[in-house]
Amino acid sequence: MSDPLRGIVVSHSGLAESLVAAVAAIAGVEGALLPVSNEGCDERALADRLTAAIGGKPAVLFVDLPGGSCLTGAARYARGKADLAVVTGVNLAMLLDFVFHRDVTPAEAAKRAADAGARAIRIPA
Amino acid sequence: MSIALYRVDDRLIHGQVVVGWGQPLDAGFIVLVDNEVRASEWEQELYRMGVPPHIEVVFASIEEARRRLADWNADPRPGILLAGDIDTIAAVAGEENGIIRRVNIGGVHHRAGRSEKLRYVYLTDAEAAKLRQLAARGIEITAQDVPTARAVPLEEFV
Repeated sequence: MSDPLRGIVVSHSGLAESLVAAVAAIAGVEGALLPVSNEGCDERALADRLTAAIGGKPAVLFVDLPGGSCLTGAARYARGKADLAVVTGVNLAMLLDFVFHRDVTPAEAAKRAADAGARAIRIPA
Repeated sequence: MSIALYRVDDRLIHGQVVVGWGQPLDAGFIVLVDNEVRASEWEQELYRMGVPPHIEVVFASIEEARRRLADWNADPRPGILLAGDIDTIAAVAGEENGIIRRVNIGGVHHRAGRSEKLRYVYLTDAEAAKLRQLAARGIEITAQDVPTARAVPLEEFV
């Protein structure tokens, strides 16, 4: 059986690192997620960081904003690669769902994570 | 209102542009000048994702930008024109073009042959020389990543 998918959280500044730490603290799952910051990066440098984090294995790239340099860098990197999928608008809820549902394809995991993240956005009565 | 900001930023449309500058300028349109993006629907869709629906995004080649610069400056909405590098903004400004009076250097990042001028500005010698040429023609060049930061005059970083 192949290894479960990994998630690469791609963000501005230190957000990715904080999200990964929060998931580990809540879920107790280590190693399922890796943070990548775009701090000080142009697109080439971001691609190098993605290459190092992905390590040639199937992954879902969780990007902070639906637009911007993290998305353009991640989307260009993943384009045409069946073993990578990209989701934008990362939040803690989608990552918590993802770490427990990783025995699927990257595309399936991305779809599930996007649904889980969207369901978490609510206005309490 | 015309184009309120001419910006060089190798990330093109991203958060600092849309939120950092777009909000205080009340931008109604963004012109992205890049020959490769102009030729790719996929790239254009990627950049559109980061822009709220009330801001129009125009994708232009360098040649189209040179032709349409006066029209964009007659637009009643405030606009932002983005170029990914020094060569592109210099080409849009052209030799005799008197329309562009100010250029903002917002993000030119490290790559081989460039040296650090500011935390977010790395230039080759040729790029620095091109900026000096633009300044010699009366175009005010400053570096400023976000509106709340100080605008650094060209002579302080080149």
